[in-house]
Amino acid sequence: MSYRIRLFAIRHARFFEGLYNAVNPAIVGTLKGVNKVFGRKLDRPITAMERGLKGVLFDCQMCGNCALSKTGMSCPMNCPKTIRNGPCGGVRADGTCEVKPEMKCVWVQAWDGASRMKGGDAIQDIEFAVDHRDQGKSTWLRIARGEIAEKVSDRI
Amino acid sequence: MIESELSHNPKRDGTNPGDPLPRLDGHVSHGRFEQVLRAGHFAVTTEIAPPDSADPTEVLRRASLFDGYVDAINATDGSGAHCHMSSLAVCAILTRAGYSPILQISCRDRNRISIQGDTLGAAALGVCNVLCLSGDDVSAGDHPEAKPVFDLDSISLAKTIRTMRDDSQFLSGRKLDLAPRLFIGSSINPFVPPIKNRADQLAKKIESGAEYIQSQYCFDMPVLKDFMAKARDLGLTEKAYIIIGVGVLPSAKTARWMRENVPGVHIPDEIIRRQEQADKPKLEGRKICAEIMQQVKEIDGVAGVHIMAYRQEKWVGDVVKRSGVLAGRKPWAPEKSFADIQAIS
Ligand code: SF4
Repeated sequence: MSYRIRLFAIRHARFFEGLYNAVNPAIVGTLKGVNKVFGRKLDRPITAMERGLKGVLFDCQMCGNCALSKTGMSCPMNCPKTIRNGPCGGVRADGTCEVKPEMKCVWVQAWDGASRMKGGDAIQDIEFAVDHRDQGKSTWLRIARGEIAEKVSDRI
Repeated sequence: MIESELSHNPKRDGTNPGDPLPRLDGHVSHGRFEQVLRAGHFAVTTEIAPPDSADPTEVLRRASLFDGYVDAINATDGSGAHCHMSSLAVCAILTRAGYSPILQISCRDRNRISIQGDTLGAAALGVCNVLCLSGDDVSAGDHPEAKPVFDLDSISLAKTIRTMRDDSQFLSGRKLDLAPRLFIGSSINPFVPPIKNRADQLAKKIESGAEYIQSQYCFDMPVLKDFMAKARDLGLTEKAYIIIGVGVLPSAKTARWMRENVPGVHIPDEIIRRQEQADKPKLEGRKICAEIMQQVKEIDGVAGVHIMAYRQEKWVGDVVKRSGVLAGRKPWAPEKSFADIQAIS
């Protein structure tokens, strides 16, 4: 089910991009306030909320360095090789994944999603391998605390 | 020629074929492979299958099959996720004999700590070329129960080696005393989806640090021509040497099997039919390869061919001769051939 929703989100990447761009600052803004008042006390429910919401929509794997807006709304952490600049050379002729033939290659999806997005060109920028210490952390909270830039393209 | 960094290397007096060559102006490595490409020659590279053995002479025997026909030899790194002798060891053995091996690094088996260590080690052993790969998944190999690493991907890997070479530091920022002088390569597969974005991906690979590119098997000229046209439009053929992969197929049956089972291999039906209907299918496979090499050489912006002839290695010389792509040039080969050395000892 969630795989179907993921594909839907990529097909409608432009809509989700808009939604994401509108909602993200609101969430981050709210979290900045929450952070001031509660500190780290609410980290667990907030992280669970992000996991739940982005999990349903994008099969989010909570890498803590969300790059969705740069990858056609297709979460690269669903790639069995966790490639952040894909795809690999093994994609099957029908566009399915070399490792999991029952799944569309997340990077074929990413380039497709990016082509529908206003800011789709961001997929051309190199995204360095993920920082494994952030696995399981909330990207929203990290942005709210200024640990990483809100725009993926501003991160180094 | 840049002398300073050679100062702690032994003086090259011609007695040892493995001694480092002087690094020419504008070159990033000491290697002969980079020299061939920068001189504007049409390069020929091939692949050695590392043995399932601890015997170094087996490596030299396998390499000797290519003597006088190729400019560089890729040593695969656990290709198909199968265990073999390591690429680094094969490269070290070949370097000592004077060959120009290409160290393949796959991200499947090692994290960034191990990879950076091996990069320094390879350069210290005289290796001059590296090819950055993501690598086949462990599920494709003979140890599917192994833990896949994939800490980096091929683009992050190229960037890592570039950082070490050009900024003389590890990813952590810690300084190196001597930077590894490696000519950095990356791979591309223009023949599988997303075909329309493969040139964009090539742009990313080059931006990450790739100075030469080796492609997957090309059996489909129209797709390659399209891809190269896009690469030229993006100005990429000016920025990197693009080497196109070609294959020697022993039979139509093998071709079909590869198409079904080896990730990323695209062989059009016409090619398979042609080989199937030929009187001498083995010979036809070599003719097909030689023809593709000739056609590839005609394309603007192609800098060479990479011959993949798994279990057909003894035919590499034959297809090179047939194709005529070397145009009379003879790549470096050891003065004493492996057969001579065997006869003496
Ligand atoms: S085919 Fe796509 S999803 Fe599968 S491993 Fe390669 S890049 Fe990842």
